[in-house]
Amino acid sequence: MENVIRQVDAAFIYIIAFSMALLLAVTAAMVYFLFRYRRDRNPEAADIRGNALLELAWTLIPTFIALSMFYFGWQSYLGLREVPRGALEVEAIAMKFSWVFKYPNGKRSEKLMVVPQGRPVKVNLSSLDVIHSFYVPAYRVKMDALKGLKTYAWFLPARTGTHKILCAEYCGSGHADMMADLRVVTPEEYEAWVGAK
Amino acid sequence: MSDSFYEEPSAPGQTGWRAWLLTTDHKRIALLYLWVVLFWFLAGAAFGLTARTQLMAHGQHLLTAKAYNAVFTLHGVIMVFLFIIPGIPVILGNFLLPLQIGARDVFFPRLNLLTWYLYVAGGLLAIGSLFAKGAPDTGWTFYVPFSLSTQTGVTFTVFAVFVLGLSSMLTGLNFITTVHRLRAPGMGWLQLPLFTWSVYATAWVQLLATPIIAVTLLLIIVERVFGVGLFDPARGGDPLMYQHLFWMYSHPAVYIMILPGMGIISEIFPVFSRKSIFGYKAIVAATMGIAIIGSLVWAHHMFVSGMSDVAVLLFSFLTFLVAVPSAVKVFNWVSTMYRGSIVMSPPLLLALWFVFLFTIGGLSGLVQGAAGPNVHIHDTYWVVAHFHFVMFGGTGFAFLAGLHFWWPKLFGRMYDFKKAYLGSALLAAGFLLHYFPQFILGLQGMPRRYYTYLPELRPLNFAAGIGAYIMVAGLLLLVANLLLSLRRRRDAPGNPWDATTLEWQTSSPPPRENFLAEPRPPAYPYDFRRGG
Repeated sequence: MENVIRQVDAAFIYIIAFSMALLLAVTAAMVYFLFRYRRDRNPEAADIRGNALLELAWTLIPTFIALSMFYFGWQSYLGLREVPRGALEVEAIAMKFSWVFKYPNGKRSEKLMVVPQGRPVKVNLSSLDVIHSFYVPAYRVKMDALKGLKTYAWFLPARTGTHKILCAEYCGSGHADMMADLRVVTPEEYEAWVGAK
Repeated sequence: MSDSFYEEPSAPGQTGWRAWLLTTDHKRIALLYLWVVLFWFLAGAAFGLTARTQLMAHGQHLLTAKAYNAVFTLHGVIMVFLFIIPGIPVILGNFLLPLQIGARDVFFPRLNLLTWYLYVAGGLLAIGSLFAKGAPDTGWTFYVPFSLSTQTGVTFTVFAVFVLGLSSMLTGLNFITTVHRLRAPGMGWLQLPLFTWSVYATAWVQLLATPIIAVTLLLIIVERVFGVGLFDPARGGDPLMYQHLFWMYSHPAVYIMILPGMGIISEIFPVFSRKSIFGYKAIVAATMGIAIIGSLVWAHHMFVSGMSDVAVLLFSFLTFLVAVPSAVKVFNWVSTMYRGSIVMSPPLLLALWFVFLFTIGGLSGLVQGAAGPNVHIHDTYWVVAHFHFVMFGGTGFAFLAGLHFWWPKLFGRMYDFKKAYLGSALLAAGFLLHYFPQFILGLQGMPRRYYTYLPELRPLNFAAGIGAYIMVAGLLLLVANLLLSLRRRRDAPGNPWDATTLEWQTSSPPPRENFLAEPRPPAYPYDFRRGG
């Protein structure tokens, strides 16, 4: 998962770096032309109507760059979809305005998800009412939870700590308060927690 | 100089308000639209400012969660359906498209008036929805099953949007027919000014895509009123089907919003560079390319909706392709300035801001098109920042640039430049302070449509609020400055900017039937060699 986060962030940085360079080039050219070719420095405009070679270049080059962005974006997406074997499966049931988590041994917990460090977690999503969305910014995962359609997300909690689970699909007056805590603990602490009544 | 269309009403013999409300003159209808659209624009801005004021402090203070949901819904519905989709075509398109092609009016003048009444009726229905059962709280997207179960007056709102869609479709039909049938002798397709080209491409999207949302919204009403299970999974319906149908219109609608704005920018750069537009044919091709490919990318709004991964692959791919023609346009606009003889003016300043802000907006969209990064930023403030950069920084600035460019043509009056420069500067500075922090908030994981947020996000939200007030101050100054010019004498010349397209060959404001002498279309619309 560390790897998946890295891949997603790398795709992001790749796109942003190209974008910044392009924005800088466009803006610099615009500002330079504005001063270099202002009326009192250049009273007579040239009659240039276009250039087929330039058009071809600035159509083809951006197309290739865009397709490389598509490729990296898709690669990182695959990482988010392919659940490793041996993942802990947790049911997450979304409702107005809460999250209930169900563990393999039947343990239930509301607004608190506890997972063991180092083991992949597959979250099986469903909703009791309208559409919600399971969002953990720290792990770059988000997936809608619907009634009547099974969806999933997965992540690898590499380090212990607490993260926020948010609802990202607008669901009504309690939308902003529909949060849960995601607590990553050591495997021993997890066993103790999940075994407790 | 003979009388303008202000002195000669289009339904002969009508006077006073009847000369306006029964008119079939495209110029009077454009002005009727101008005042109503401006009203909705300012109303939408007021709702937006209210929402941002709520977000300046943490927790519930100005608005309850319920009130906040109504406010952002009204902001979205008004801005999308009453301002930015119709805005440029019905005002500037209506006024200028016939003039640019040397016609006396649109092809269906009475249908044109009907669209205005439908538009007004849609607006009144939207107001009515506030009093039906409580203000709508679904967001402008009306996602099911939420929109089916909410107790608020959303049936009214949905019907309002249906009526507005009808108005939009008929306008599209009218403009397509007008461009095909009413071009002056000697005006071939490649003599069309680029603003007309862009309104023409837009009209096709309006005509072909709007029926989809019209039917979809009717289905929502059918399901709400009669309980037929179409979209609600509890009744055996399919909520993803709704999302597909909704975005099948609403994504092309994004291009309905931006294409006419791009057309305005393509007119302004040549005029103030005293030089032909760079790559006329490339811009025409890019315009049509955007209209066509833009109709095939809708499901990039749905990468985390639960649709299949194959669909994600396909729509991510197409999304990257649609980015290219927009980039081509930006390159052509900037190249137009190369070796020009540039003179600064308020329309040019706004157009330059357009290029800067639209480029940021477009590039940030690339991140969203990429499937992996999309998952993180979907439905966060990143997306809010992105589409405000495109829709406001793009279309909004283009609309203001177009108003400043054609204001002397519309009213025969010139406005004060200093106030226009000051207003533009405030608008742009406030805009950046308002929307840029929202990119960061999105990356930090703040979802949209939240009436409050985690406490650590307050500083950026507060800064954004300050930006919003500066931005609105700039906007009000720009609008007030334009309105104040109406008290001046009507003394703007026919062609104050020395522009080359046909609308500048006639007087300002134009006579009732647009041209006193038969208009003579130039062999090339952007030939500045004749001097001037």
